[in-house]
Amino acid sequence: MSTRRVTVTECPGGPLLIRGADEVVGIDGTVAPVERAVVALCRCGRSDRLPWCDDSHRDRRRRKKP
Amino acid sequence: MVHTLRARPHAPHAVPEPRAMGDVTYPLTDRDFQLALWVLYELHYRGFDDVEDPDAEWDPLLMVSRAALERTFEHAVRELVREAPEDAPTLTDLGDTPAEQVTAALVRMTARSGPSGVAQFLHRRATREEFCSYLAERAVYHLRESDPQSFVLPRIGGAAKVALAELQYDEYGGGRPDRLHQTLFARALTSLDMPTDLAPYVAAAEGATLASVNLMSLFALNRRLRGAAMGHLAAFEATSSLPCERILRGARRLGLPAAVEDYYDEHVEADAVHEQLAIRGICAALVEDEPALAEDVVLGATACLAVDGLAGEVLLDGWNARRHPAHDAGHDVGHDAGHDAGRRTPAAG
Ligand code: FES
Repeated sequence: MSTRRVTVTECPGGPLLIRGADEVVGIDGTVAPVERAVVALCRCGRSDRLPWCDDSHRDRRRRKKP
Repeated sequence: MVHTLRARPHAPHAVPEPRAMGDVTYPLTDRDFQLALWVLYELHYRGFDDVEDPDAEWDPLLMVSRAALERTFEHAVRELVREAPEDAPTLTDLGDTPAEQVTAALVRMTARSGPSGVAQFLHRRATREEFCSYLAERAVYHLRESDPQSFVLPRIGGAAKVALAELQYDEYGGGRPDRLHQTLFARALTSLDMPTDLAPYVAAAEGATLASVNLMSLFALNRRLRGAAMGHLAAFEATSSLPCERILRGARRLGLPAAVEDYYDEHVEADAVHEQLAIRGICAALVEDEPALAEDVVLGATACLAVDGLAGEVLLDGWNARRHPAHDAGHDVGHDAGHDAGRRTPAAG
C-alpha cells in the first residue's frame, strides 16, 4: 500500500464516485470524513445529506421535507 | 421438509414432480412451495442446527427436488415478467453498445418504478406494531443480507467481478465487523426485543416474501442465470435509497430505538453508492464482457421489481385487512409494481 490512488468517476445524471479520499471539505469549511471505501458525492444539489448523494437526483418531484 | 431432514437424515427422498406440484396454483405466493424451496436453499447458506447430515447440502435426491421446484418457480417468474405492466425496453433502441443499452434500461426501469407503497405506509401511517411486523417480515432477507450475491463472484470476471467485490465489501462492513449490514439489522431487532435467529421469521413469513428471497438464490446459485442475478442486484440497490429514507423517517416518527434508525440511515447513503456500482460497475462491465447476457440482466431487474412489488402488495393487503377486518382484504391498496392483485391466490396454509 505504498502508492495511494484517489479516483473520481462520473455517473451521468448522478453523483461522482470517489475512491481513496479521506475527507470532503464543504464550501463553509465543514469537513465530512469519508467512512467507506467508495463514496458518492452529490452533484445535483438536491440531496438532504450533502455532500453525499442520497439518490434524490432520481426523484423527479421536488422533495418536501417532513 | 425440515421434518424429513431431521427425522431421516440419511434417507431424503425426491417427491415425484407432478405430485409435488399438484396443488400449487400460483407458486409466487404459495407459502408451502416457497418454504420448501427456501429450506433447500438454506442448506447452501448456514444450514440447520438440527439437520445433522453434513452431506444433505449435496444430496442428489434433494438436488432433484430443488431442480423441480426451481423449474416451476422460474417459469412463474418469467410469466410475471412477461405480464409486467411496462414491457421491458427493447435494448437495441437504447444505445449502441450492450453496456450503454443495459445501463439505460436499468436507469429507466428503476426510475419509473415509483415510490414504494410499503415505504410510504411506514413513513406516514404505520403503528409501532405494524412497523415491527415489517421488520419481522424483512428479517428473512436482512439477516442474510447480500449473501446470495456472493455466490456470483466466482462466476463472473474482470471489471464486473472487481465492482461486485467492492460492493460486497461495503455490505460486509468495509472491514469492520460491527458495520456488517446483517449485524446492523440484528441490532435493530434486539433493540426492539425481537429475536435475531432466522427460524421464527421464516416460519411466519408470507409466501411472497420467501419468493423475493428465493429469487436471489435462484439467480445466484444457477450459473446460467448470473446475468439475471446482477440485474436483480442493480434494480434492488437502485430502488433502495429513497424508500430507506422514508422508512427512516417513519422510525423517527414512531420514536423507535436508535439501532433501527441506524440500519436505515446507513442504507440511504450506502445504497446510493451501490446503485452506481451495480448499474455501471457491475452490469455494464458484465455485458461488455459477455454481451449475450444483456437480456438476462434486464430479466433479473424486471423480476426484482415485479416480485418485490408483489411481496409489498401482500404486506399492504395484510395491514389493511387487519385495520379493516369487516372488509374484504382484496381491495385496492396501491400497486408497487402494478401487479394484478386479483390473480393472486391466497397463501396456502
Ligand atoms: S447526485 Fe444524487 S442526490 Fe444529488
